[in-house]
Amino acid sequence: MEITKLRLFINYEKEEQWLNKMAAEGLNLSSYKFGRYTFEEGPPGEYIYRLELLKGEPTDEQSRDYLAFMEDYGVECVDTYMNWAFFRKKSTEGPFEIYSDFDSIIGHYKRVTYLLGTVGVVNLFIALFNVTLSQYNMYLSIVNFIIFVLFIPILLSYIRKINDLKKEQALYEK
Amino acid sequence: MAESSEHQPLTEAVYYILLALHTPMHGYAIMQFTKEISNGRMNLGPGTLYGAIKTMLEKRWIQAVETEADSRKKEYEVTLIGKQVVQNEMERLQELVKNGKHITRGE
Repeated sequence: MEITKLRLFINYEKEEQWLNKMAAEGLNLSSYKFGRYTFEEGPPGEYIYRLELLKGEPTDEQSRDYLAFMEDYGVECVDTYMNWAFFRKKSTEGPFEIYSDFDSIIGHYKRVTYLLGTVGVVNLFIALFNVTLSQYNMYLSIVNFIIFVLFIPILLSYIRKINDLKKEQALYEK
Repeated sequence: MAESSEHQPLTEAVYYILLALHTPMHGYAIMQFTKEISNGRMNLGPGTLYGAIKTMLEKRWIQAVETEADSRKKEYEVTLIGKQVVQNEMERLQELVKNGKHITRGE
């Protein structure tokens, strides 16, 4: 049986945690459209889910090559949305992390930070631009401004994470 | 050995991937090999492995092997350059251990 849930996440790690909580309860994500998660029922704890921001669009040659590699590795790409990929792997095969060394972990956080930063700044500009137009545009402006404000703490948390990882990297091999 | 970067310390992942590819194998087998040889300590992530393979192919440390049977899964093997990189790294590691023993135990 299919179950649909509506949610909006800005922080992809919170989203990942939520999907894994669902999977632990026997609800496995099967598809995603903006804010709309569709789950299929299965044995509780069958899969571990991981989200990744790909380096390009999922249909790019580079991304297709990567997705084929993941499949060979026993990792299933459940769905993609824009440049995001929803991956899952059977939990019986042990722990599942997409990235295991500092360079690649930092690289992924940087990609996500860059995306959030760009979307945040674009919203700020739209907000500032709309303020100058009319009363009606000012209401629209508030929406963009709220998006910008919501993004700030998450952006800062990623920047902090990147810096912490870089400090670790200076001391340890991983 | 034209590039000086080939004498820089390798990451543990790259070192073990190069060791693994002394026998031709595909991605999943590399992961299993590194896990086994490190007694389960190293759990190579597929994203990390993919990136390392791409970079090492560019540097010609490894090359793709032509396979007939299961051509969908790409197999790779270490090149002569890659073998030299491993040798250099082993010398560096030996130096680290030798100096460590010398100073801490007076050997």
